[in-house]
Amino acid sequence: MSANNLNLTLKVWRQKNAQTAGKFVTYKAENISPDMSFLEMLDVVNESLVHKGEDPIHFDHDCREGICGMCSLYINGHPHGPKRAITTCQLHMRSFHDGQTITIEPWRASPFPVIKDLAVDRSAFDRIQQAGGYVSVNTGGVPDANEIPIPKVIADEAFNSATCIGCGACVAACKNASAMLFVSAKVTQLGMLPQGQPERYRRVQSMVAQMDAEGFGNCTNTGACEAECPKEIKMTNISRMNNDYFSAKLFRSEELHEQSQGEG
Amino acid sequence: MSEFKETFNSSLGKKLIMALTGLFLCTFLIVHLGGNLLLFKNDDGYAFNVYANFLTHFPPIEVIAYILYLCILVHTLYAIILTVKNRKARPVGYAVTASDNASWNSKNMGLLGSILFLFIVIHMNDFWYNYKYTDKVGFKEYRTDLSSGITQSADFMPASAKFENSVSTENNTEIVRVKDLHARVQHSFGNLIYVIFYVIAMVAVAFHLKHGFQSAFRTLGWVHRKYTPIVEFIGTWFFAIIMPIGFALMPIVYYFTRS
Repeated sequence: MSANNLNLTLKVWRQKNAQTAGKFVTYKAENISPDMSFLEMLDVVNESLVHKGEDPIHFDHDCREGICGMCSLYINGHPHGPKRAITTCQLHMRSFHDGQTITIEPWRASPFPVIKDLAVDRSAFDRIQQAGGYVSVNTGGVPDANEIPIPKVIADEAFNSATCIGCGACVAACKNASAMLFVSAKVTQLGMLPQGQPERYRRVQSMVAQMDAEGFGNCTNTGACEAECPKEIKMTNISRMNNDYFSAKLFRSEELHEQSQGEG
Repeated sequence: MSEFKETFNSSLGKKLIMALTGLFLCTFLIVHLGGNLLLFKNDDGYAFNVYANFLTHFPPIEVIAYILYLCILVHTLYAIILTVKNRKARPVGYAVTASDNASWNSKNMGLLGSILFLFIVIHMNDFWYNYKYTDKVGFKEYRTDLSSGITQSADFMPASAKFENSVSTENNTEIVRVKDLHARVQHSFGNLIYVIFYVIAMVAVAFHLKHGFQSAFRTLGWVHRKYTPIVEFIGTWFFAIIMPIGFALMPIVYYFTRS
């Protein structure tokens, strides 16, 4: 029991399911250690709710070390909370002060329907990924490592884009609920490398088509996505995606492959 | 053909249309500013009136003018379509939103654009519709003595209602008779409310282009470590600072020097 422990007021979005309307419910989080992560704080609150026989607050989480992309939470106006370049599980309670009111909301976007409370269904991202976010590899002998030379700047840029964990913070942060940072990161990580070349222009067309079909909004280059991304994915990717897309649509003879047939 | 339709109906295609029409409007503003700097020439509107006459009577410019009007309408229409789609993508809004993750103007392009659209409607009614389609704008006659180069101006009443302009030379004097748009500019810029509205609109254009100019390049996919700083420099210094100040100075100077 440290003297530095925090007493907080939480305004939490409670919603039974996608069909019913939600509302904010206020909870007290008392005697919270500043060394707790934000999710651990919610665990403590949930434990007390369970003791009282109430329905615990539903929220997504998995690895709790910032790599799985499962945790979400829109905390005081910021996806993954007020700190830069971290996920909610990496956010510690020392980032808040005693007596503070914390508003916790789910990602809000129509392609991300609320499952319950703070948990949203992000399978729209999976469908975008399935539409073209892969490379086809032939089976055969194992190639030697580094067999294909790749310039370091290209490898770095592709790898930086590949750090996207698909958490959806970009959609949550965007005033237009646009998924373009996510899609462009996926397009870039594959499209910049030699292995991704054969499907490069098909990929960008099918992934953008799926993104539009899911009902995400349209980018206006505000830069909120880049600012809030826990993996600091750059907005440059969006321009790169646009470049590939316009190039594919306006200057190349390739056609968009059939969505329904999947690979092939 | 259906493939192009599909392309321009996609999210990126609509953004492409916004970017291209927006950049075309930006290039127009350069020409517009250059031409209107003639207002600062202290010649009783001679150069400005001849320039306005040229713009409205030279066919290639007429064609470009209609492309320009189309661009304004398409830019506005697509802004509305995209905004409606974006609203649909977030039916339930946030209770708390941060203001420190993006610039204010980048988040309020619709508001700034609406001010500009209202401005364009009023502006075009005053100086374009009335000039071309009504007889609210009078005529002026400029007599230039070709030996001394001195120009004298006087009001002119055309005999025929169909009179548009004339240039003739008699007794070593060049006589130019054109519509006196300059007088209408003087009249409008003598109205304080009007001047304030113009200045507000120029502030809006500054903020709109501060974001819009570089955003258009991003949408086109032209982002480069070496060239993007140049685009941002031009967008900030020319389109968001020098140009709006240049335009705003016209009503301000005319208001404070009115007779």
